[in-house]
Amino acid sequence: MSREDARAADAVDTEPRNEGASDSLVVFREVVLSRGERRVLDGLSFSVGRSEALVLVGRSGAGKTSVLRLVNRLLEPDAGEVRVEGRPTGAWDPIELRRRTGYVLQGIGLFPHYTVARNVALVPALLGWAEERIEARVRELLERVGLPPDEYAQRYPASLSGGQRQRVGVARALAADPPLLLCDEPFGALDPITRRELQEEFRSLSRGLGKTLLFVTHDVREALALGDRIGVLEDGRLVFEGPPDAFRNSDHPLVRAFVG
Amino acid sequence: MSFFAYVGAHRGEILQRLGEHLFLVGSSVGLGILVGVPVGIYLTRRRALRGPVIGVVNVLQTIPSLALFGFLIPVPFIGGVGARTAIVALFAYSLLPIIRNTYEGIRGIDPAVRDAARAMGLTDAELLREVELPLALGVIVGGVRLAAVIGIGIATIAAAIGAGGLGVFIFRGLSMVDDRVILAGAVPAALLALAVDGGLGRLERRLSGWREET
Repeated sequence: MSREDARAADAVDTEPRNEGASDSLVVFREVVLSRGERRVLDGLSFSVGRSEALVLVGRSGAGKTSVLRLVNRLLEPDAGEVRVEGRPTGAWDPIELRRRTGYVLQGIGLFPHYTVARNVALVPALLGWAEERIEARVRELLERVGLPPDEYAQRYPASLSGGQRQRVGVARALAADPPLLLCDEPFGALDPITRRELQEEFRSLSRGLGKTLLFVTHDVREALALGDRIGVLEDGRLVFEGPPDAFRNSDHPLVRAFVG
Repeated sequence: MSFFAYVGAHRGEILQRLGEHLFLVGSSVGLGILVGVPVGIYLTRRRALRGPVIGVVNVLQTIPSLALFGFLIPVPFIGGVGARTAIVALFAYSLLPIIRNTYEGIRGIDPAVRDAARAMGLTDAELLREVELPLALGVIVGGVRLAAVIGIGIATIAAAIGAGGLGVFIFRGLSMVDDRVILAGAVPAALLALAVDGGLGRLERRLSGWREET
């Protein structure tokens, strides 16, 4: 599933330990993460190629959120290594790393005291973009996520529906044009119809923009709809990894249980 | 002479005492904000300290005000007879509501909002400035409002240690056994408390306006 990407040359790993590590945006190598006595992740390895969408499926408590938090250094591994653009996360300035990584959460976490426009504009503003550039970017993004800016830009999150809020959440994550998007069950709290709708729009949006996607969910249909590859997370490691077709046809008992 | 006639005849002194009263409460609550808000913020970063610090200001709060004024009189630098001692005592009473509300206001923010802010790469200072303080401001103002109303009441007792204020009429009326004189201090103090409560209450609601659906 590797894709050509001109930028891959920038991220050449001097010491490739993982297959495909050199053109991967995110690489996990034997990552161990403990919370107290419990091992949340136990030797997790995988990589996400540039412009690829990897969806990790797992049960609640399988460590899905922790995987994402390791990528933008909200967590650090106890052992093993997480690399982003070829650099271990420990070598990144966490603030810089997070500003170039979009994050869409299930709880969305829109700032309730900010208008829709200001929510979307926050990271560009922190990055010091010029006023006009921010404004143009906000309008462009609101159009893209299906919220006409003239109608929505000046509204507050409290006046939006759940689906509209998550659209703002997606626009906010895309604001500074990060190469990588981390998604933590972003559509989980929505009704099924809105969820399908957003999944489809989100898929074509992120593909159209060539984003690299690391997406976690417990919803297998979502994984099949969005993933170029699907990984199944169980007991802190991947028990399956492959494209959607292989996932559907896998005879791994856990995958069978998921596919139902 | 009726109460109103008494008030009319002593208009000038009532206004002067009202001014003293406002000064006592304003400066002590102002100090309370300058100290209490940063302390409350600090406690959200060092949560282990919350118990001990809140405990201490809680104990301060339970000391009867007349006793606290009395204790402070012999203390060098901050004590003595007069407004300064009263301001120190009133400041001590203002700390609990201000520290507690600052802490609770920030802790009460939806964790998803803080999470999103961190994940977006806000530094600690940006998180505080852009997210936590604006969202907690209504609750913090609620603490200031409580501190001010408590302060207006307690400040009437400060007259006992020569700090002035509307309490001067109350103590004078007590010694003269004249209800009109007591009321000339008590009624303006009560009206002041109501006005401050109402004004800060309105401010509090306005600062929390984003909570309401529009």
